[in-house]
Amino acid sequence: MDTKRIALLFVALAVQPAFGQAGDIAGSATVRTPPPVTGEQIYQQVCQACHMADAKGGAGAAAIPALAKNPKLAEAGYPIGMIAQGRGAMPPLTDLLGAGQIAAVVTYVRTHFGNSYKKPVTEAEVKLMLGQ
Amino acid sequence: MTTRRQLLTAIGMVGGSAALYQAMTTMGHAAETQFKGPPDLSGARAGATVLVLGAGLAGMVAAHELSKAGYKVRILEYQNRAGGRNWSLYGGDTYTELGGANQKVQFDSGHYLNPGPWRIPYHHRTLLHYCKTFGVQLEPFIQFNHNAFVHSADAFGGKPVRYREAAADFEGNVAELLGKAVDQKALDSELSLEDRQKLMEALRGWGMLDKDMRYRANLMSSEHRGFEKSPGGGVDGAPVPSQLFSFHDVLNSQVWRNMAFFMNHEMQTTMFQPVGGMGMIGKAFAKQVQPLITQNAKVTRIQQDKAGVTVTYADTASGAVTEAKADYCVCTIPLGVLNQIPNNLSPAKRAAIAAVPYNHSVKIGLQMARRFWETDDYIYGGHSFTSQDISLVSYPNYKLFEDGPGVLLGAFASGAGAYRLAGMTPEERIEAALAQGSVFHPGVYRREFQTGASVAWGRVPWTMGCCARWNEETRKEHYQTLVAVDDRVVLAGEHASYVGCWMEGALLSSLDAITRLHRRALEA
Repeated sequence: MDTKRIALLFVALAVQPAFGQAGDIAGSATVRTPPPVTGEQIYQQVCQACHMADAKGGAGAAAIPALAKNPKLAEAGYPIGMIAQGRGAMPPLTDLLGAGQIAAVVTYVRTHFGNSYKKPVTEAEVKLMLGQ
Repeated sequence: MTTRRQLLTAIGMVGGSAALYQAMTTMGHAAETQFKGPPDLSGARAGATVLVLGAGLAGMVAAHELSKAGYKVRILEYQNRAGGRNWSLYGGDTYTELGGANQKVQFDSGHYLNPGPWRIPYHHRTLLHYCKTFGVQLEPFIQFNHNAFVHSADAFGGKPVRYREAAADFEGNVAELLGKAVDQKALDSELSLEDRQKLMEALRGWGMLDKDMRYRANLMSSEHRGFEKSPGGGVDGAPVPSQLFSFHDVLNSQVWRNMAFFMNHEMQTTMFQPVGGMGMIGKAFAKQVQPLITQNAKVTRIQQDKAGVTVTYADTASGAVTEAKADYCVCTIPLGVLNQIPNNLSPAKRAAIAAVPYNHSVKIGLQMARRFWETDDYIYGGHSFTSQDISLVSYPNYKLFEDGPGVLLGAFASGAGAYRLAGMTPEERIEAALAQGSVFHPGVYRREFQTGASVAWGRVPWTMGCCARWNEETRKEHYQTLVAVDDRVVLAGEHASYVGCWMEGALLSSLDAITRLHRRALEA
């Protein structure tokens, strides 16, 4: 699938939370921790929360898919799409990650954890897909 | 003359509580909830059966009310406990998260961490109704503490300040500036002379401004923000006013976020918590329906046809696969999990289930050997807010003034902070919570630390997330489809409500779902 076609799938990503969606929140000032930059940092500070440090995911009442040795990563558009749109319980992460960060972390995941899809993903490609 | 109260009492006696409710609503009271009392499910066909999936609050209230109505009910639950996200961790408990990290909780007896819900607004009438009905003892949850801290990396040189100081300075400065705008005739076209005069009087009184309409360090501003030396008795009794913060720092601290937070309807006082931990509510519900629950049942398939609903489940210990059949099904399985369970629900329903992602939050409990926040800082309950990943430290609302230990909530993280903490091992999370919480209580925070526990909701094996995250688009496109009865199956839970992420939403959703399912059953 080419990235232009996938771009059409992602309209209206920056949707504001609806009324009542705050839920029970801390009520604190905006978190000021410096954002992660490298693919490895982004993986550790975002993706690892669910996909685990070894990228093997987990299984309970349902499963968190493994990113390790995942043939779906051959097509870079697939992980980019997942990050941009989310799936099931996984939320879209575009409110947290910019195009450059998405490119960095997708490149990282595609070249680690038993994946070796060497061609780096560029920020421009991600922007094209996000329609930015 | 008849008082309004007497009138309401009379209406109540004549027309019953529903009439009273309606009258009160008309008069502008009690419009704070959609709860109209337990549902009237009379006329159920004898022997009609319902399968409830999930023994959280939504599932258990459905089972309780449907059983009362005469349905034959059975609950399938994935965990080896009932209660769902209504949950407390006590000393002796073990918890294994997705990925395999295992924690043995070692809090002292009587102390706990509430990983999920932890406070109940006074207007969550459904929950409060069932707490009373099921004998759950409630105590105040100390929501608002002026003496707790506010910390921001961007303000006050990174040092925490008391909430009352920052909030008073925010209001005082805003009042002074607005007064200047009035003085400079900037509001002459907006307000009449009379209203401008009233506004000036309000600004002076609200913002603690002096006779020149200035917010200054004096005994008046200290009445709100606190004194350098508090009023006392005898020869040395005269107070000394406190100095003001720079408004630049006050703005940078974003204390307005904390102030606005306390103004949220759902965060307004009075709030409550069950005595002994939030999990007491789940336990009380379970007491009503325990014989109906099959635990360790992992649902693997949901099928419905003209004859009924068939749910396939595997025993999580033995792996043995069983089919359960019923006329109807109330499914309270969180959407992220349900999305992965094969089913033959309508395509639109499946699209709705797939469309709603889940929030990810992290809570960390830290047991401290002594209650230094009380003895050293005069903080009794409430929250200290920070711009660090942990977001806050919240102080226990029970065992106040005791010499022994206390369990703090050492983190209630969401967003980026939650992802960072969730990605850590349980040990690393405790270390991060100690490092960050030390900003409020330097030195003593680590020194008095004894043991901790953490729950990262994205890794909770039975929800894979904290609660459903709707937005305006998904509401518009999928909400009505999600809550609609799909032939013999109806979904319930906080995800099927507009009171998302609250127990009240789970209950209101469930009562509405079973009322509609009951109607469907009567039409069959």
